[in-house]
Amino acid sequence: MNTKTSQFIGINLLLLCSILVISFLGIILWDILIKGSPALSTEFISEYPQNGMTEGGIFPAIMGTVWVTLVTALFAIPLGIACAIYLSEYAEDNWVSRSIRASIRNLAGVPSIIYGLFGVAIFVQGMGMGTSILASGFTLGLLTLPYIITTTEEALKTVPQSHREGAFALGATHWETVRSVVLPSAIPGMMTGAILGLSRAAGETAPILFTGVAFYLRYLPAGVFDEFMALPYHLYILSTQHHAIEQVRPLAYGTALVLIGLVCILNIVAFVIRHRYRSLLKGH
Amino acid sequence: MKPKLETRDINLSFGSKHVLKDINIQIPEKRIVALIGPSGCGKSTLLRCMNRMHDLNPDAHVKGDIFLDGENIYSSDYDVVGVRRKIGMVFQRPNPFPKSIFNNIAYGLRINKLAEKKEIPNVVEESLKGSYLWDEVKDSLDSSALSLSGGQQQRLCIARAIAIRPEVILMDEPTSALDPISTGKVEELMVELKKEFTIVIVTHSMQQARRISDHVGFMYLGDLAEYGPTERVFTNPQNELTEKYISGSFG
Amino acid sequence: MKSRLFFDKIYKRIFFGAAFLSVFTLLGIFGMLLINGLNMFSEVSVGEFLLGRVWNPAAYGEAKYGILAMMASTGLVTIGAMAIAIPLGIGTAAYLSEISSPRLAAILKPIIEILAAIPSVAIGFLGIVLVGPFLANVFGLNNGLNALNGALLLAVMALPTIITVAEDAIRAVPKAYKEGSYALGANKWTTLIQVTLPSSYSGIIAAVMLGMGRAIGETMTVLMATGNATSMPEGYFSSIRTMTATIAIELGEVPFGTTHYYSLFAIGTVLFLITLAVNLLAERIAASYRKMGQ
Repeated sequence: MNTKTSQFIGINLLLLCSILVISFLGIILWDILIKGSPALSTEFISEYPQNGMTEGGIFPAIMGTVWVTLVTALFAIPLGIACAIYLSEYAEDNWVSRSIRASIRNLAGVPSIIYGLFGVAIFVQGMGMGTSILASGFTLGLLTLPYIITTTEEALKTVPQSHREGAFALGATHWETVRSVVLPSAIPGMMTGAILGLSRAAGETAPILFTGVAFYLRYLPAGVFDEFMALPYHLYILSTQHHAIEQVRPLAYGTALVLIGLVCILNIVAFVIRHRYRSLLKGH
Repeated sequence: MKPKLETRDINLSFGSKHVLKDINIQIPEKRIVALIGPSGCGKSTLLRCMNRMHDLNPDAHVKGDIFLDGENIYSSDYDVVGVRRKIGMVFQRPNPFPKSIFNNIAYGLRINKLAEKKEIPNVVEESLKGSYLWDEVKDSLDSSALSLSGGQQQRLCIARAIAIRPEVILMDEPTSALDPISTGKVEELMVELKKEFTIVIVTHSMQQARRISDHVGFMYLGDLAEYGPTERVFTNPQNELTEKYISGSFG
Repeated sequence: MKSRLFFDKIYKRIFFGAAFLSVFTLLGIFGMLLINGLNMFSEVSVGEFLLGRVWNPAAYGEAKYGILAMMASTGLVTIGAMAIAIPLGIGTAAYLSEISSPRLAAILKPIIEILAAIPSVAIGFLGIVLVGPFLANVFGLNNGLNALNGALLLAVMALPTIITVAEDAIRAVPKAYKEGSYALGANKWTTLIQVTLPSSYSGIIAAVMLGMGRAIGETMTVLMATGNATSMPEGYFSSIRTMTATIAIELGEVPFGTTHYYSLFAIGTVLFLITLAVNLLAERIAASYRKMGQ
C-alpha cells in the first residue's frame, strides 16, 4: 500500500471517529426531542403530578431545581471568584499556592456520589441542616467550585498585565486595582464559567439523592430548610422507581426534554456571552 | 543643587540573575534625564525601581535606597502606595483602561481622593489640555479610550499620569510603539512638561535622548557606565563603551 | 491612606481564606470518609471487606460485606468504556487539531462541550429506553441492562474529557517537529502517526487517565442501565452493580450509625483513593510532558 492510499484511509478513519462522536450527541438530542415533545404542554410545565405521578406536570420539580441551583450559585460563585482572585492576583509560586492548585485539580476528579456522602455527613448531620435545599445546594456548590475557580482564573488571566500596572502606577492599592480594573474586564468570562458550572449542577442527581431531594411533594418549598423535588431526580424516579414504568414513559421523556432543554439554553447563553466578549476583545 | 531623586547602591536580582549592580544616579529637579543602552542592559528595570513597581513581582529582590526629596522610599515605614502617587509612570505600550476617556483620567483622582466630585471635570480638562489632547477629544469624553489612535492613547496615558499632580514622571520607552508624527507630538509634550515635572525617560533611540534630554545615563550589563550632561556625553564620551554605542558600533 | 492599606490587607486575607478552603475541603472529604468508614472494621476484617465475593448486608443470618464483586463490576465497565472511548477520543482529537479547518473545529468544539453537559441521568435514561432494547435485540438477550450497556454509556460520558485534553496535548507539539517531518518528504498522515502523536504521547495518556477517572466515579448512568445485580459478573452480558451504584442505592435505606451505614463510607473511601490515584497519576504524566515541551 503506498503512502497516498494509507493517508486517504487514515484521514477518513479520523473523520469517521469525529462523525461517530457527533452522532452520539445527535442520537441523544433527537430521541429525546422526538419522543419528549408530545408530552410538552403548558399544563406539563405548570401543573403538579397527579394520580400517583401517572398524569399531570412537573411544575414542583422545575421549581425545586431552580431553588437548589440558586442556593448553589449564591454559595459557589462568590467563593469561587474569591479563590480565583487569590490564585490569579495574589498567589506567589510557593508550596502553599501549589497545594491549593493541586487540591482544586483533585477536587474536580472526586466522584459526585462522594460529594453526596460528604453532604450527608457534614451538612445534613454534622451541621444539622437536615435534608433540605440548603444542604443540597451546599453539596452541589462544593462540586461546582473547582469548575468555577478554573474558569474564573482563566478569565482573570486574559486581562492584560499592562492594565494592572497602569492602575498601580496611579497609586491604586492591590485591591483597588482588582476591583476597578481587573474584575470589570473579566466579568463576561467569569459569567460564562459560572453559567456552565451551574448548568452542570442543575443536572446532577447523585449529590442531592440523600441531602434533600424528595420523591413527591404536594407543596412548593417555602424556604431553604424544606425538601424539594428536582428535574434530574424526577427523571430517575419515572424511569426506574415508579410502579407503572411503561405507563409513565411519555412523562419521563417529557421530563428529560425539559431538563436537557434547560441545560442547552444555559450552554447557549454562555456561548453567546463568550462569543461577544471575544469579538469585543478583538475590537481593539 | 539638591537632587530631586537619588539612588544609592541599588542592586536588583530576579531569582539568581543579578540585573542591576550598585547603581548611583542623581536626578535634578525639572529636568529630563534619559537612560540609554543596549536592550537587556537594565535601564527599564532601574526605572521600575524608582516607583517600587517591582513590589508586584515576587521574584524581584531590590537592595539599596532611593531618596525622593531626601526621604527614603525604600524604608520599611514609607507608604508604598503613596510613592506611586508622587512618582507617576507612562509605559512602553499605551495602556488606557477599557473605560471612557473621562473615566481614565478621573480614575487616579477618585482612588486617591484628590478632588471633590464637582472639581473632577475641571481637572480632567486641565490634564487633557496639558497633554495637548483636549481639542481632539473634547466632544467625545464619554467614548471608549480604546477608540483613540495609538498616539492619542499614549497622550491620554500622559494626561492620566499628570492629573494626579505627581512630582516625578517615569517614562518607559513611551514612543516605541508610535509612528513618527505621534512621536514628535509626545516629544514636544515632554519638553513642555519639564517646566512643572521632573522626568526620567528610558529610550532606545539615541536621537530622541539627544533631542529632549538634559542629562543622559548610559547603561551596560547592569552598570551605569556613564552619566552626565547630554551634550557632553554625546560629543565627548569618557567611557569607551559609550563611544562605541553612540557611534553605532553595537546595540 | 491608612484605611485604604488596611482594607487592602483584609481583602487579601479573605481571598486567601477562600482559596485555602479548597485544601481544607479535600482533606475534609478524605477525613470524613475515613472516620466513618473505619467504624465498620470493628465487626468486619479488612480482608473480608476487600476480598469477600458476597455483598449482603441486610441478610437475616450473617450479613456479608465483601466488595470484590462490585470492584470487578466497576473495573469491567471502565475497561469496556475505555476500549470504546480511547480510539474514538484520540481519533477525534487528532482530526480536530491536525486535519479539520479551523472553522470546522470552531463548530465542532462547542458541540463536544454540549455533550459534556448532558446530565448523566438523561444518558442513563437512554440506556434504559434505547440502548437496552437495542442490545437485547442484537444479541438475543432477554434483558439489555448489563455491563456492555454501562460501558457504552460511560464511553459517551468520558469522550468529551478525553477529546479536550488530548486535543490540547496534540496542539502543543512544536511546529518545528512537524515541519522537520514534512521537509523529509513525509505526508500529513505519516507525520501524524510517526511524529505528532508520539510526541504528545504523555499528554494523551493523561487525557485517557482523566477520562478513566470520570468513568470510575460516574454514578447515575451505571445505576440505571446495568441491571443492579450484586453477584460476581461473568462477562459483558451480566447484569452488575458498581461501587458508586451500591452507595447510591443503599444510603437512602440504611439506618444511621449501623455497620451497614459505615460500610458505604468504606466503599466511598476505596472509591476516593482509586480516583485520587488515577488523577494524581494523570497529573504526574501531564507534568512530565509539560517539562519536555519546554
